[in-house]
Amino acid sequence: MPFGLLKYGLNSEYPGQHHFNPATELKKHYDVVIIGAGGHGTGIAYHLAKYHGITNVAVLEKNYLGSGNTARNTAVIRSNYLTEEGVTFYRESVKLWQDLSNEFNYNVMMESRGQLTLAHSDAAIRSFRWRAEVNQHMGVRSELFDRQQIAEMVPNLNMSEDSRFPIMGGLWHADGATARHDAVAWGYAKGACERGVELHQLTEVQDIEVTSGRVTAVKTNRGRIECGCVVQAVAGASSVVAKMAGIPLPIHSYPLQALVTQPYKPILTPHVSSPHLHVYTHQTSRGEFVIGGGSDPYPLYNTRATLDQRETLTAAALELFPFLAQARMLRQWAGTTDMTPDYSPIMGLSPVENYYLDAGWGTWGFKATPICGKTMAELVATKKVPDIIKPFELERFYKYQQINEAGATAASH
Amino acid sequence: MKLLTCPLNGPRNISEFTYGGEYHPMPDHQQVSSREWVEHVFFHDNNAGMVIEWWCHSASSYWFLAERNTISDKVLRTFPADEIFKQRIDFNPVPEPTPTTEGES
Repeated sequence: MPFGLLKYGLNSEYPGQHHFNPATELKKHYDVVIIGAGGHGTGIAYHLAKYHGITNVAVLEKNYLGSGNTARNTAVIRSNYLTEEGVTFYRESVKLWQDLSNEFNYNVMMESRGQLTLAHSDAAIRSFRWRAEVNQHMGVRSELFDRQQIAEMVPNLNMSEDSRFPIMGGLWHADGATARHDAVAWGYAKGACERGVELHQLTEVQDIEVTSGRVTAVKTNRGRIECGCVVQAVAGASSVVAKMAGIPLPIHSYPLQALVTQPYKPILTPHVSSPHLHVYTHQTSRGEFVIGGGSDPYPLYNTRATLDQRETLTAAALELFPFLAQARMLRQWAGTTDMTPDYSPIMGLSPVENYYLDAGWGTWGFKATPICGKTMAELVATKKVPDIIKPFELERFYKYQQINEAGATAASH
Repeated sequence: MKLLTCPLNGPRNISEFTYGGEYHPMPDHQQVSSREWVEHVFFHDNNAGMVIEWWCHSASSYWFLAERNTISDKVLRTFPADEIFKQRIDFNPVPEPTPTTEGES
């Protein structure tokens, strides 16, 4: 590797690497069609090809690779959830994240800088204590921090007792991390394409043919494809795509807006989140402060930015870090969050026999990318639902067995 | 500033309103199966396009309905709930079944 790098550096032309297969005609038939080439879709393709030897796979993307919520999320990785099912699932995901760059030999710039969630009320302290106990029991590093520990860890934080909602304590999660979101989709897609998976960008699924409870083909803007099975991994359009297969979902799609400031020198190490103020922020490796918050107040299939949300986000961020008052905002954007009633995903089997769901990713999809790739590929290859995702089945709503993670999301919605 | 026209209070800043979910015709709660009831409660059309949905003007606690496009965010019209709900819904529990002499087909 060092010699390759040296050779590349001395080359006068800097030859580009072709990471993905060039656009080809669609074949008539694929064993597996994956709708959506974000981190999840390409991750599933990668695991199918590498670990299950299934390579007659097409990943269809209506836009370009990683152009959906993979590009729009705020890149937070953590596992400090509340339920046994949630913590187990995200814990395994964080483990996979920690080795992801080695896994597909592509640098995802994983930085384990930890996450600090702030409590501004006695009720929040109680729930954080509960989460810390559950996390520790399940082998996730979480602990309760008092004001002094917080002030030492984040010296720039506004610890004033005269603010509207003084900080009373926090939940410190040492496993919290961030990574380069685009690189995740690129790394998975590269590894999948090298093993024979076909990535088809600008290929939009327009209809799904279902005959007697089985998917037989998908219709795209580039023609009809017959398929052995279909996996949908289209965060932000889960309801729209599932509807083509005749599957109703318990989802409402809301925009979630975020913004980023000009770069600063490194002054903030952990990710800092305040569910009470509906804001979370971290400093990227480029020095910018990424500021995200709760979803918009009503559903919309549109990624426009609003002044209302900009005011709400910046007001809350200034409450935590007053020095940001001087910061200039570089850009503001939105992603579409498919919110489920219990703030947990919908994964696994659907009422259509060979149609698999990877949906309902609300505001928690990015952190679950590697574990989704692994478990959904296992499901497709073996037709058996892995134990770790069994609780997230669509059927749970019919049994009133929701997995309530509403309180453990980074910003309440 | 985005405006929403409340049928009672006229055009107001949308921040004065609370979104209340999709409007679905309610199935007969005394006849409906458990699965259908679950779908009524938890599932949504989540349509990309025109929807009818509940809104509340928070300051006056006035609930009404709106027709809105969920792609363009344009509100076509807002109207009072009594356009749809003509009569009171009776939520009394199902009466105890009385023994019948003849079987039902």
